[in-house]
Amino acid sequence: MLGTVIFLIIFPFVCAGVLALMRKSGPYRKCTLFVFCAVIAAVDIYFIVNSLVFDETQEYLLETHLLDNVMLFLEWALFVLIAYFSIRYKKYYCILLSLLQTGLITYLELTGQTESHIAHLYVDKLTLVMCLVVGLIGCLICVYAMGYMKDFKAHHSEFRDRRSFFFSMLFLFMGAMFGLIFSNNMIWMYFFWEITSVCSFLLIGYNQSREAVDNSFRALWMNLLGGLGFAVAIYYCVTQLGMVNLQQLIDMGSAVVFPVIFLAFAGLTKSAQLPFSGWLLGAMVAPTPTSALLHSATMVKAGVYLLIRLAPAMCDTLAGLMVTTVGGFTFFIASMLAISQSDGKKVLAYSTVSNLGLIAACAGVGRYEAVWAGILLMMFHAVSKSLMFLTVGAVENSLGSRNIEDMHGLIVKLPSLTAILVIGIAGMFLAPFGMLISKWAALKAYVDTQSILLVIFLIFGSATTLFYWTKWLGSLVSVHHHSERLENITKGSEWFALISLSVMMVALCLTFPVVSSYLIEPFLQELFHTEAVSVISSGNVLIMLMMIFMIVLLPVLVHFLTLGKKNKIVISYMGGANTGDDRSFVNSTGDAKRMYLANWYMESWFGEKKLWKPSIVLSAAAIIILLVMVIGGVA
Amino acid sequence: MSWILAIGFLVLAPLLGGLLEGADRVLCARMQGRQGPPLLQPFYDMFKLIQKQSVVVNNVQDVLVCGFLIFVVFAGLLFFWGGDILLVFFALTLAEIFFIMSSCSANSPYSSMGAQRELLQNMAYEPMILLTAIGFYLAANTFNVNEIAVASVPAIVYLPGIFIGYVFILVIKFRKSPFDLSTSHHAHQEMVRGLTTELSGNVLAIVSLAEWYENILLISILGLFFLNGTLWSVLAAVLGCGIAYFVVVLADNVFPRVKWDAMIKSTWIVTLVAGGINLMIMELLTR
Repeated sequence: MLGTVIFLIIFPFVCAGVLALMRKSGPYRKCTLFVFCAVIAAVDIYFIVNSLVFDETQEYLLETHLLDNVMLFLEWALFVLIAYFSIRYKKYYCILLSLLQTGLITYLELTGQTESHIAHLYVDKLTLVMCLVVGLIGCLICVYAMGYMKDFKAHHSEFRDRRSFFFSMLFLFMGAMFGLIFSNNMIWMYFFWEITSVCSFLLIGYNQSREAVDNSFRALWMNLLGGLGFAVAIYYCVTQLGMVNLQQLIDMGSAVVFPVIFLAFAGLTKSAQLPFSGWLLGAMVAPTPTSALLHSATMVKAGVYLLIRLAPAMCDTLAGLMVTTVGGFTFFIASMLAISQSDGKKVLAYSTVSNLGLIAACAGVGRYEAVWAGILLMMFHAVSKSLMFLTVGAVENSLGSRNIEDMHGLIVKLPSLTAILVIGIAGMFLAPFGMLISKWAALKAYVDTQSILLVIFLIFGSATTLFYWTKWLGSLVSVHHHSERLENITKGSEWFALISLSVMMVALCLTFPVVSSYLIEPFLQELFHTEAVSVISSGNVLIMLMMIFMIVLLPVLVHFLTLGKKNKIVISYMGGANTGDDRSFVNSTGDAKRMYLANWYMESWFGEKKLWKPSIVLSAAAIIILLVMVIGGVA
Repeated sequence: MSWILAIGFLVLAPLLGGLLEGADRVLCARMQGRQGPPLLQPFYDMFKLIQKQSVVVNNVQDVLVCGFLIFVVFAGLLFFWGGDILLVFFALTLAEIFFIMSSCSANSPYSSMGAQRELLQNMAYEPMILLTAIGFYLAANTFNVNEIAVASVPAIVYLPGIFIGYVFILVIKFRKSPFDLSTSHHAHQEMVRGLTTELSGNVLAIVSLAEWYENILLISILGLFFLNGTLWSVLAAVLGCGIAYFVVVLADNVFPRVKWDAMIKSTWIVTLVAGGINLMIMELLTR
């Protein structure tokens, strides 16, 4: 089993190296990439199944002096890389941030304080959940990227073709994620954490346009700030507590707040919570697979993964208060901001920020039911968000726009892609599908732990979430008469990813009780040392399954009920006389006037201009106050 | 018992819903100093609509409107069967989304505008709806309707604020106010008939039927505030619902020209103040 773990960490790095060398596009590169993905996915599944059969928490690697030194060397290599780019683009503050944290860790390593005989690698049920997310979804995104980047290059000839670099970064990212989720030694975790930061920086800057560079540096400094928090936490653990073992820290529970709150701070930056949401929103300048990867399988999931790991240590502490407050607040604010956006990718970005807020808040509550909801939410979010991003990317390639306004009547223009979008959207917010189940559990958990503020955030945030998703859904299904079908240029590899993800989405909706009882509940029982608690009763699960079947059967049922009933089909009413195709009407001067139906964006209520700055100030204030309280030793 | 209640809802709700609408129209007319239509007018309208051929813009509308009816009825059945009240509300939201989709699919300016307006209304009252479910949970320590209904102390004792908030949103849910709501048929506003502009004949009849079911369900939830398992409490519930309904009709007639922006602001404020404070007190009590 140790071999499999090491393979999963090392192999993506090897793939990255190979792909970086394959400069020429063509069938060879394509096949190589597909084979790599297939191998990773297969080993990933083998590992998960094997661990489930084996059914025990596993710990590996005790003596790793040489490896530690290699990592230290690589950390300095990362620093040099950051310094190089910072000087080249004159963003010197990044050097300072990077130097501080790398210096801190080096000091600890060289003074020999970090040597301890602990298990450096650790595998439990949460690791397996993350393996599912990182391995399967990550690979599907890579497969999709192959076809997508071809069209992207054709559409954006102004950017230099750096696809080999792009593919290699995707695999590097996956390798770093695997390293992160298997690590138990915090210094190792920190190492992989830094790699993901740098990777995302390089991926966001892929286009090398002015905007891309600016946004990539924003992502870099925010994540480096989080990395600094991570380093401070490690420094405290090593010097004050004499340990580098994450599990040991968690077992201490709420006794130590200082390192926990700094780790939580790192988690918040990486999961793009306010006031650090800017970097994830800026990340959408990069090609779609990057967004999908950052938003669903990697990066932000690393943040919430750390928060979920820390959950028991945050229960009823200032760290928990910080995470729940910021998370709940982010959930509400980001869902309002999403209302005012018409760019499809931006709506998705805000919805990611918003959902991550909910997951973070669940982790911050730190109780059994809340963490259950958080993990389930994370899984559903990973699948549905990657599905949404990839579909929007495919729509953009065929339609030439990713604006929701332009998606008006998409059901006639691109019916198959629209069907997938509808599955994704339904999975995001609608009863009885995916996310709603977890939201429901979260609501229950908040009420049970008497977190009134969170309850208020959740009920208002749910209402605003409903608004922006339904708005989008409504645009998709509107039927224009005499609309032409567009040519669907989605490639085979893209279809493969899209259909696999849709199947995963539906399968997860139908089988989430199984996932819960084999993966999530055993993890939580071990974590909280309690008996199994069923968060949603089996009766209610049955009722929800019934609802799903009713929705599926609805068209068939209605077809039979209305057999023989003749509807008279007419063109729609426009006030003025319809000119015959539902697009124009005769106006008062007798000319044909084109009609344009827009959605509501309520800029003056929920626009970025109005909400962005105050929410940054409020959330930053909350974080600073709580950090200062902990540093000052109030708790 | 629970099955009898559920089947009772299935059979009787259309009758009661129609009567409620008839009574509503008479009451409204009297408040405005008019004679008003006969009590059974909604039934006459319904029969007439069913017999008419429907004129639609596309065939998807049929399916979506049926989805609206089916999930409203499903929510009602779940409620009277004694199921989870949150799930009842989720099913109701799903039904609502089917309805909104049907008018979006028509691609006509008025039904589109109606759909956006309906969404806005949804956003306005959704927090209060969820808060109502949470209130019941805190009062009776369960989300199950059959257990809430036989709690030793009726929920209203603990939840006066949430009760007020719920009555407040009923004004929107019963399509009384604001003046320019999603199916508004008043002159002097831009909606024409909003959501139902492109629906007619027997498809429109399905919408009316679904709304009768929905209204009865909503008012039954109001009744749940008074129940504690005794026969007296049932009487109290009927009386309480009657008074609340009267207040709703009165509110509509006293504030006949409220616009959508005032609606969303006032609803969220009432939710926060009445509902939020009630929630805080409940949390303190159960601590």
